Amino acid sequence: MTDLLYSEEEEALRAAVRDLLTDHCDAASVIARTESDAPHDLSLWKSLADGMGLAGLLVPEERGGQGATHREVAVVLEELGRAVAPVPYLTSAVVATEALLASDAEDLLAELASGRKIGALAVSLSVAPGGAYKAVRHESGSLHGELTGIADAAAADVLLVPGEDGGLYAVDAGAVTVVPQVSLDLTRPLARVVFDGAAGRRIGDAGPAVRRALRAGAGLLASEQLGLADWTLTETVRYLKERKQFNRPVGGFQALKHRLAQLWLEVVSLRAAARNAADALATGEDTDVAVAVAQAYAAAVAVHAAEEAVQLHGGIGMTWEHPAHLYLKRAKADSIAYGTAGAHREALAGLVDLQAP
Amino acid sequence: MSEETTGADAAAAELRRRAQELLAAHPPLETDQLDFLKARFDAGLAWVHYPEGLGGLGAPRALQAVVDAELEAAGAPDNDPRRIGIGLGMAAPTVLRFGTEEQKSRFLRPLWVGEEVWCQLFSEPGAGSDLAALGTRAVREGDDWVVNGQKVWTSSAHLARWAILIARTDPDVPKHAGITYFICDMTDPGVEVRPLRQITGEAEFNEVFLTNVRIPDAHRLGEVGDGWRVAQTTLMNERVSIGGMRIPREGGMIGPISRTWRERPELRTHDLHQRLLKLWVEAEVARLSGERLRQQLVAGQPGHEGSGMKLSFARLNQEISGLEVELRGEEGLLYDDWTMRRPELVDFTGRDAGYRYLRSKGNSIEGGTSEVLLNIVAERVLGLPAEPRTDKNVAWKDLAR
Repeated sequence: MTDLLYSEEEEALRAAVRDLLTDHCDAASVIARTESDAPHDLSLWKSLADGMGLAGLLVPEERGGQGATHREVAVVLEELGRAVAPVPYLTSAVVATEALLASDAEDLLAELASGRKIGALAVSLSVAPGGAYKAVRHESGSLHGELTGIADAAAADVLLVPGEDGGLYAVDAGAVTVVPQVSLDLTRPLARVVFDGAAGRRIGDAGPAVRRALRAGAGLLASEQLGLADWTLTETVRYLKERKQFNRPVGGFQALKHRLAQLWLEVVSLRAAARNAADALATGEDTDVAVAVAQAYAAAVAVHAAEEAVQLHGGIGMTWEHPAHLYLKRAKADSIAYGTAGAHREALAGLVDLQAP
Repeated sequence: MSEETTGADAAAAELRRRAQELLAAHPPLETDQLDFLKARFDAGLAWVHYPEGLGGLGAPRALQAVVDAELEAAGAPDNDPRRIGIGLGMAAPTVLRFGTEEQKSRFLRPLWVGEEVWCQLFSEPGAGSDLAALGTRAVREGDDWVVNGQKVWTSSAHLARWAILIARTDPDVPKHAGITYFICDMTDPGVEVRPLRQITGEAEFNEVFLTNVRIPDAHRLGEVGDGWRVAQTTLMNERVSIGGMRIPREGGMIGPISRTWRERPELRTHDLHQRLLKLWVEAEVARLSGERLRQQLVAGQPGHEGSGMKLSFARLNQEISGLEVELRGEEGLLYDDWTMRRPELVDFTGRDAGYRYLRSKGNSIEGGTSEVLLNIVAERVLGLPAEPRTDKNVAWKDLAR
């Protein structure tokens, strides 16, 4: 039976990650960073990946990683979501790493696992597992073309690129042109990647590697969305206990209490769905349904939680200085990342035999 | 971890051994159902977490599943939790916690084996969500209490031998302080049960009129004036028993509509497909939340999710059954049977979609309305300020009503 709880070790991991983020990832500096030339916090990345060894959780020890499972990664992502941390964890330590686990590039796998290198799968962030994705032309050892919507490409050292010939190629980031796109989510920026004869090493077949990578990305994104929703709910409740209007704490008005209680219910429900997806990815049982259910449910909850946070904070919620907007932008972008809820419901229709007309 | 595992394994093995012993002494195929259930109770295998002598062995609650599986595999008869749900979910835990030794040994065995059905006399016409406003009076006369008043929404009252009852014993103190908790004999001549016909056409609920009902003081549960606290135990257990069950995928109302969808392609439209998939996902997530709550209980870390589960299931039952009426098109314009009946059980999956749609409207009212549950979540879980109260420190008799 699926284990939907957190183990003691997982709670200890959570506490360690949260401590680090409390010290090194406060909202004000995340906001300041979004306006700088370096949107990613690479020193935070170093602490997480190098210091705590978290980049290699999904990689077996004999291949240079920590040999943990998706359950532990999910806990890390909950905390990163709570902080809208601008680090390429989901894209490198989960998605690119899963693509490498399905490929033949032990050197790269070990480098990503150690955190020495950051990887990015060169597939648009909007593509769902099993969805169609763009590829570039492969001609006598070099790649030509352009891909857009590549999350965290600006921070990547190596790109994993699908070729039109069905191969997956590892390409050094120095050999391509990465053009930042103005992104809705300031903390997980997208980029356009231009291949103008860049050298690529074929490391396997793109099809199975991309599918596996996107499935893990979609399933674990639910935990990031859970963390994000949990933070916005907690913070909104805290604010409404303090903020007074009409001579009473605003949180004492039933109309608002009911909205927050409803949100709480959605968040605890998402916790069950996200835990289920993480456990299913770890055990390999019922994985496709668990991932589709989690992603069909999670986006609406995270967006709702972030939208409520903006609304219930009143005027301050509309300002640039308050971090609520970072969460709303991340939540809305997450609702498209690795497939929309609708795409996952469509997948589910086939998986659970509820066919369209 | 290994030591704990060994301990749990040993306890499970011991329970399996006791179950086999019971089966050997009372072969299920040759034993009358009631006799078997009595023997099971006496062997401590009824609810293993209850104390010895009261149907249990003081074992961890999680091990009940071991016993149930062992007996089920042998084809042993079981009690009918749907028929005795109020007794099991509400009366028993309250009697166990607040009852005297005499009360425990008198009431728990016939309750569990199903010889005696229980009902619950809490709600009143003037006190539903504001339960503590109740006006049914109990006045002390010698060794008895004399009870007068009216209760409502009482399921199973027409079948029940006993009732848990709360009544006002002191109108001169604030409303929560003047309530006492009793066990009421439903065969008392002062108890009149009238069917209350509902939206579905049938009378699953009743009105209960109490006229000079004499309850011996020996049937009081807890202290005089402490009834509100006793009732909290009952209500908490009610909510846990609603949320804590293990159900398979498509185990609730989403099951019938999914089967209809698969079997009747001619009914499908794109709009209905979108709505069905959305509800299917929500039902699956609610099921997982229930399972998570159950795992928390087993691990001894009960969460607050119980109140939440009831909210989810109420909304989902209503939306899913409503969608199924619509899915059925012309058939949805029909209804299976409006005959006034007094059913023994509420049948949620055997009846047609129209019945389920109408009956599920009660899910957001019974056992605490969704609005009250949202308040409970907001105040007790999220710690938000309570609504300003105008009834605090006011004697019950001086309240506006």
